[in-house]
Amino acid sequence: MQRKTQKAKGRRQKAEGRRQKVEGRRQKAAILWVVLLIAMLVPSAAFAQQQQPPKPAAQDGFVPIDQLQPKEELPAAPLVMAAYAVAWLVVFAYIWSLWKRLQKVEAEIADVSRRVASGARR
Amino acid sequence: MSKSFPVLTLILAGMFVYAPVLIVGAPYESTMGLVQKIFYFHFPSWMAMFLAVFVAGAASVAFLVRRNPRADALAVAAAELVVVFGAIGLITGPLWGIKAWGVWWSWDPRGTSALVLWLIFIAYLLLRRFGGPGSERLAAAVALFGMFNVPFVYWSVNLWRTLHPKTTVVSSLPVSMGAPLWFSTAAFLGLAVALLMLRTRLEHRRAELDQLFLALED
Repeated sequence: MQRKTQKAKGRRQKAEGRRQKVEGRRQKAAILWVVLLIAMLVPSAAFAQQQQPPKPAAQDGFVPIDQLQPKEELPAAPLVMAAYAVAWLVVFAYIWSLWKRLQKVEAEIADVSRRVASGARR
Repeated sequence: MSKSFPVLTLILAGMFVYAPVLIVGAPYESTMGLVQKIFYFHFPSWMAMFLAVFVAGAASVAFLVRRNPRADALAVAAAELVVVFGAIGLITGPLWGIKAWGVWWSWDPRGTSALVLWLIFIAYLLLRRFGGPGSERLAAAVALFGMFNVPFVYWSVNLWRTLHPKTTVVSSLPVSMGAPLWFSTAAFLGLAVALLMLRTRLEHRRAELDQLFLALED
């Protein structure tokens, strides 16, 4: 009976020892991961800091691209409306100018006719 | 003025009211989209300009041969219309070009020759305005030169590589695009005729005024 109790104690101690070993390995692995992570992050952060563009100053040059983004393209509707508006503006401006010139000539004809008629009467 | 003038004005007003309905109903062009609708005013304005150029040229020939002052009056009236309709074409063209080609103006044969034709008639009007006595004969020769420039302007797209489409583009239009185009063209040609009548009347009235001044001096 006493021997059985001692054997059970020994097994428990062995199990405890194994658990402690596993725990120790886990702690070591966790520390290793943290160190690795820091080792990766620190240089990349430093690199990113180096890569940051300087504050926007005057543009050095234009970079050509083949096609515009659709949202950046010139809208067609204002151009179409402008074209039609210009056509009408030109036509109406010309009609107005013709009208004014005709009015002026008609007024002059009336005036000179009156003078010619009064001269003929004399 | 002719009794037909009010009738012509009414018909033209109706046509210009209905033309936008047809133009809006016309299908979009596959590559240019909405901006291609400028075509329905751009092309007719050039056709009206060409009509005015031919009238100015033919009247100038008549004036040079017969020394008929009525022909000269018609030539002056037509030359002014060349400048008016040419201005519409030269303004609507770049508005189309900036979207279709990405540039306002390209020195291609069609655009350049059309600009030269327009400038010839600007020169004609300047000559008439500031040329002094006898300038009408010199101006008539300028108009004749302008008239001979028209075929060159029209076929320039077929003769040289240019950004403008070839002349076949008009004849190959489907009915849905051709109907509004020819309707607009008819309206523009009618407008050119009406304006020509009005402008010629102004020249005739000026001639009458000159006669009255001569009578007053006598």
